Amino acid sequence: MASAAPHDVIVIGGGHNGLVCAALLARRGRSVLVLEAESAVGGAAATREFAPGFRVSACAHLVHLMPARLIEELSLERHGLEWAAQGLPTSALMPDAPPLPIESQSLGADRGAYEDYAAQMQRFARALGPVLEQVPPRLGTHEWSDIAGLMRLGWRIRRLGRSDMRELLRIGGMNVHDLLEEHFASSALKGALAFDAVLGTNFGPRSPGTVLTLLYRLAAQCSAGPRGLAQPRGGVGALSAALARAAAAAGAVIRTRAPVSEVIVEGDHAAGVVLESGERIAARCVVSNADPKTTFLRLLGPRHLDTGFVRRVTHLRARGLAAKLHLALDRAPAFAGAAARLLGGRLLVAPSLEYLERAFNHAKYGEYSSAPAFEVTVPSLNDPALAPSGQHVLSAVVQYVPYELKGGWEGKRERLTARCIDALERLSPGLGASVIGSELLTPADIEREFHISGGHWHHADLAFDQFFMVRPVPGATQHRTPLPGLYLCGAGCHPGGGVMGTAGRNAALEILKSTAA
Amino acid sequence: MSSSAPLPHFQQPLLKTPFHERARSLSQVERFVAWSGYTTVDVFTTVEQEYFAIRNASTLYDLTPMVKYRIGGPQALEYLNRLVTRDLRKLKPGRVAYCVWCNDAGHLLDDGTIFSLGEGEYRLCTAERQIDWLLDSAIGFEVEVSEITAQIAALALQGPTSCAVLKAAGLAGIEQLKPFEIGHFELSRRPLMVSRTGFTGDLGYELWMPPEAALENWDALMEAGRTRGLRAIGSQALNMARIEAGFLMPHVDFVSAEQTIRTGRDRSPLELGLGWLVDFTKGHFNGRRALLAEHLRGARRQLVGLDVEGNKPAHNALLYTDAKGRREIGFVTSATWSPTCKRNIALALLDAPHFSTGTTVWADIYLNRELKWERRMAAARVVDRPFFAPERRRATPPADF
Repeated sequence: MASAAPHDVIVIGGGHNGLVCAALLARRGRSVLVLEAESAVGGAAATREFAPGFRVSACAHLVHLMPARLIEELSLERHGLEWAAQGLPTSALMPDAPPLPIESQSLGADRGAYEDYAAQMQRFARALGPVLEQVPPRLGTHEWSDIAGLMRLGWRIRRLGRSDMRELLRIGGMNVHDLLEEHFASSALKGALAFDAVLGTNFGPRSPGTVLTLLYRLAAQCSAGPRGLAQPRGGVGALSAALARAAAAAGAVIRTRAPVSEVIVEGDHAAGVVLESGERIAARCVVSNADPKTTFLRLLGPRHLDTGFVRRVTHLRARGLAAKLHLALDRAPAFAGAAARLLGGRLLVAPSLEYLERAFNHAKYGEYSSAPAFEVTVPSLNDPALAPSGQHVLSAVVQYVPYELKGGWEGKRERLTARCIDALERLSPGLGASVIGSELLTPADIEREFHISGGHWHHADLAFDQFFMVRPVPGATQHRTPLPGLYLCGAGCHPGGGVMGTAGRNAALEILKSTAA
Repeated sequence: MSSSAPLPHFQQPLLKTPFHERARSLSQVERFVAWSGYTTVDVFTTVEQEYFAIRNASTLYDLTPMVKYRIGGPQALEYLNRLVTRDLRKLKPGRVAYCVWCNDAGHLLDDGTIFSLGEGEYRLCTAERQIDWLLDSAIGFEVEVSEITAQIAALALQGPTSCAVLKAAGLAGIEQLKPFEIGHFELSRRPLMVSRTGFTGDLGYELWMPPEAALENWDALMEAGRTRGLRAIGSQALNMARIEAGFLMPHVDFVSAEQTIRTGRDRSPLELGLGWLVDFTKGHFNGRRALLAEHLRGARRQLVGLDVEGNKPAHNALLYTDAKGRREIGFVTSATWSPTCKRNIALALLDAPHFSTGTTVWADIYLNRELKWERRMAAARVVDRPFFAPERRRATPPADF
């Protein structure tokens, strides 16, 4: 059943990285086939209807990491991408107090400290930003390109100047709790800033390495460009749709409802895929947008890999700890004292470092938080088409929700949903009564719905030992894998997840490099 | 201690094999060594006496401490074929294969023998304990791996009269057993598994039995071997025989890649002259990609046999290109005077390009003569292994005695 003319490239999975990769390869004349398991492309970057007439971004609900250059390169705006809002503000929600915008003029006594801190973090982010955009060098080789890559990184840090370099090296391995305690007095400010360090991680603010995850986010945001926190019109799924149109316009063929069950190996080279239907499709190389565990352990299989490598993939920490809560509301939520401008933005529920750390405690023992932390948006304020007229959608990332709940998830979703609504009710009295529909996606649901092993948004924890040169595991860096002809383009690669697209772009460049005719 | 309760394993001194009682009573010089957590005999009487029994009569050697794993299940063959470098699809049930296995970098973890005991049922005999590697290798395979070292007592019966000893002990048809073949017999009214394998390069067998049959079997064999020169031997004599046969000893000729600390101390099977065990055509196996790259690049060093002038074994000698010792090109890993070949032999690792057969190198030999150290530069010629390979090791049926 193998098709007569094999494709140059098969992309397994039509997530945003897979689509970016496909579009760029197709534009360089490669014949590309994208195989998506679901009926629509986008993977976790999708918009879904969770209650009749209510639509919401299924996972990430804001786009702030995708480089403006990439959006331009792919002409996504020509392919239908519109922004419902850009440059959205972030504010901290607190019980019995109006929301605190995280902007220097609102910070009172912390204003000076915040300005210094933000400026310095911005300098670090600018220095590290290019690191995120490049394919990292490999460790342990003697090749000049790898050595030069390491030297460039060193030079970038050195160029910060003596005092900034010292500070970066001092804080690089610290935890964000200690860092923020050094700078600020306001609990609300510290809680909100720490939230960004632990969002989507398996860390609490006191966990080592949380300054690194914060710097990562800031660096990615910095290299994304001046758009800031942005909301695509029609949800994040609209971005995926634009990517799909860009890929198709470049000549890539996209097949949906085509789940891949196996990578074909011929002569120790990836030679195509087998679909779950049994159909075999040949290709000169295969790129996987799936997470590393799915790619190596399920699609390729340990028998084509060495034991030591399989051991590393097995040990990759890839359990999600963030859930997604969607509420259908019959009226706009009200937060006392909140300016309308703030409500359309990002609202954080992490009133202090201690609150956040306590929220994390439960997860260590397979429980969900009794007082969870949230990143809330009300996307229908900026994009009324997401909900029936006059009604609204609330979209919240809930931290921390374990992948494996002690005792199993059976019947617990409702309880956690009720607990989340209670927590939000305390900040927005009356919100509970306005809920007319809800959906909770636990990491286990995210695993099932989006085919991500462990349900982790980043496919694998972003942490020192799974970062940069060793991401996802040694032996599978630079988008290559131990099997010639098999590449990775998903969030499991450097620079990781978030709706960024850089992994897909870099994978395309590496594939072009190694398959240059 | 009079109490019958055994100490917990971590408080026990070395374990005793089921043959220990006999070994203890035969030992004349009280030379025991630790081997994989057991106490075993290094020398019973004198090394020379025991060595000559291997080549001229027959010998019993307790190899119970040899680490044994059961590997079973519907995908045991696929599992083993991914583990080791040889193609085991060619290994028929009832046969044994000598194998090596490597880590991802194509560096040797261990060598050993794989017994095909039937459909989906294998036994792996190794020098090192390595259950972690074996279990991690099982990810993705329908296979069970378990250590069964203590459940099987084992003896090596080696030497030209060994077949006759077994025949006299009542193992009818033993003379038809071919090299690397497994046979099932009866001894002291209990089933006995025999494989025609060994570590001496001579005619010989390995006997696998339940521990409770150990002493009775030992006595039965000793009785059958009384007129055929059978004696118990320790590991010293065996070591001389295995160097003559050109076999490698872990921790002597190579260190398992899982245990090396310094870089550059790992060895690939290609470097150790075991390239004939590596089958690049069988599909993927651990280390294949690294070994293929090494194969295409050419070996940087090679383990070879050396024929050293004089009669002083070149223990631990550094090797040079010239008699003045100006350029170091390798070192000796094992050395002995071979009484049977009447040659001064050694195994050595030599850097490229000095390892081709016929090359002359120089060995820096240190001699202790009544506490005075002397140094000799001895010429040594690179020769093919094995040094000693008598026809009788393969003859079926073997000669009767």
